[in-house]
Amino acid sequence: MSMGEVLSHKKYGEHYHSLTIVAPEIGEKVKPGQFVNIRCGAGRSNIIRRPFSVFRVHKRGGWASTIEIVFDVQGPGTEYLSHLRGHASVDLLGPLGRGFALPKRRAHCLLVGGGIGAAPLFFLADELRNEGHRVDVILGARSTGLLLNQIDARRVSSICRITTEDGSAGDTGRVTDILVETMEKCETEVIYSCGPHPMLEAVSEIAVERKIPIQVAVEELMGCGYGVCMTCVMPLRKAPPKSSKSGDEDLIHYARSCTEGPVFNGGQVIWDGATGPLEAVQAELAPAGVAVGQHGLEDPPDEHPPPGN
Amino acid sequence: MTTPPPSLAVELGGLTLKSPILVASGTFGAGREGSAFVDLSKLGGIIVKSMTLVPWKGKAPPRMCETPSGMLNAIGIQNKGIDHFLSDDLPWLLKKDATVFASIAGNTVEEFVKVADKLRTGGRGIAAVEVNISCPNLEDKNNMFSHSEESTAAVVNAVKKSLPRVPLFPKLSPNVTSLSAIAGAALEGGADGLSLINTAMGMAIDVESRRPKLAGTTGGLSGPAIRPIAVRAIHEVHTAFPDVPLIGQGGVSDATDVLELMLAGATAVAIGTANFVNPRATFEAAAGLVDYMKRHRMADLQEVIGGVRLEDR
Repeated sequence: MSMGEVLSHKKYGEHYHSLTIVAPEIGEKVKPGQFVNIRCGAGRSNIIRRPFSVFRVHKRGGWASTIEIVFDVQGPGTEYLSHLRGHASVDLLGPLGRGFALPKRRAHCLLVGGGIGAAPLFFLADELRNEGHRVDVILGARSTGLLLNQIDARRVSSICRITTEDGSAGDTGRVTDILVETMEKCETEVIYSCGPHPMLEAVSEIAVERKIPIQVAVEELMGCGYGVCMTCVMPLRKAPPKSSKSGDEDLIHYARSCTEGPVFNGGQVIWDGATGPLEAVQAELAPAGVAVGQHGLEDPPDEHPPPGN
Repeated sequence: MTTPPPSLAVELGGLTLKSPILVASGTFGAGREGSAFVDLSKLGGIIVKSMTLVPWKGKAPPRMCETPSGMLNAIGIQNKGIDHFLSDDLPWLLKKDATVFASIAGNTVEEFVKVADKLRTGGRGIAAVEVNISCPNLEDKNNMFSHSEESTAAVVNAVKKSLPRVPLFPKLSPNVTSLSAIAGAALEGGADGLSLINTAMGMAIDVESRRPKLAGTTGGLSGPAIRPIAVRAIHEVHTAFPDVPLIGQGGVSDATDVLELMLAGATAVAIGTANFVNPRATFEAAAGLVDYMKRHRMADLQEVIGGVRLEDR
């Protein structure tokens, strides 16, 4: 837990706010995909911290490192943050969560981001390039104004594709419309994705079909951010039970996004479409040939095998 | 010459606690995550997340939403089961020199008893047991045990038979017409003290989608919003049963709140939702209590318990 100081507030496009915060302890330690949990208001009216993935880091020798977060105003918490200006204090908890696992040998990495959700992919792209990996990017949004930071997306990538649903920039449609052709063209070996659930679901499905490792970073509502409140859970498929006595315990594991995530194997997540009544999920999962992602439940993301081995 | 800081020790029934400040069940896990922020051995105790006979996977998300000065939750007691607690968490907690309050839950009296039996045989080192009777009772149309005198007495009585030598603190729900009547039933069932309050039931609806904000439709309200309910509940029960030790909880964030619940009649006070906001809330509240004792030249915290002044009214 630490206090940071706002260095600058700026806007990306029409919608997105950015806060650069002097937070040396966090800046030195944070890894791509990790997040900070921020108090969004003094007093006791809006008490729950809001989680923000780290968009960019500037390390400045351990005494003045900064982190940058981006957000759009969605409620009283982000409204509060949008009014912070230079020198304001920020109460931060972090870095929290398990970030993206980087490939262990040089690989072609495709980063697929939707809307404001693309934020952690920029930090990731910098780290991947520093380690010599090839980075390609697909950035999508409903319209131009909701694309996050097109300029940097182009700067950090070998190939950058843009999609908007209204056709106001790049290809008309969704990121998944051009995903397969981009994967083929870039000879993609691993996919990293962050954005709305339906997008992550569709990207994961395509990746799993083609046996490409897929890591997704989810953004869930959190009570605490450090693993105790059990509110930010994502339903994951468990490996099929070895014993025959299969209660409902055996097939679903509600994993905490804050400590077991926020990066998950996209093939293992039971996406929103499937989380209806439990019985429906059970029925879907019951067949013996259940599709259990690339890795067992116990595999943490940092043991991600190098692609194409 | 500097005087040593005053002792925060309190007597809770037969237990001597290092401090009146506990962490509330479900808000600090079994201590591992929170131990990065606070020294568990300095707490009066840790009331661990409720445990059930077999692992419960919990309810579907969304499980939480923020409300004015608080939050609603419907987690469904996601936990790894009593066996995991006994083999993994308890030895770790005892090694950390933590005072451990086990919290047990179940959907039938029999389930409670089976968990209690396991605590009796494998729970050496536990200081006390909180009985979480805010669970649906499968044998009574899913009404919460804590909402009926009969169910409350039945669970407490059965658990007491299984654990005759461990202090039992049933945790009462504020969602009842007469809290004193339920408290009386718990005491007749064999409770050594009482823990109050559990969350207040609530509901929130998203007007755009017209759906409940929680997948479980209704949930438990916690946070500063419910503190006045806790103060009233503790005052009421302490007035009815002045000799019964009470663990107070409900919306407590800092030393002032701890003292408010103690003045109402609580001997120990658990901090809950505030741990989510500030993982060091218990540590800071303890420092605030020391400061209060110095300012009021107190040698013993015992004098604030039930010390609310009503006679001038």
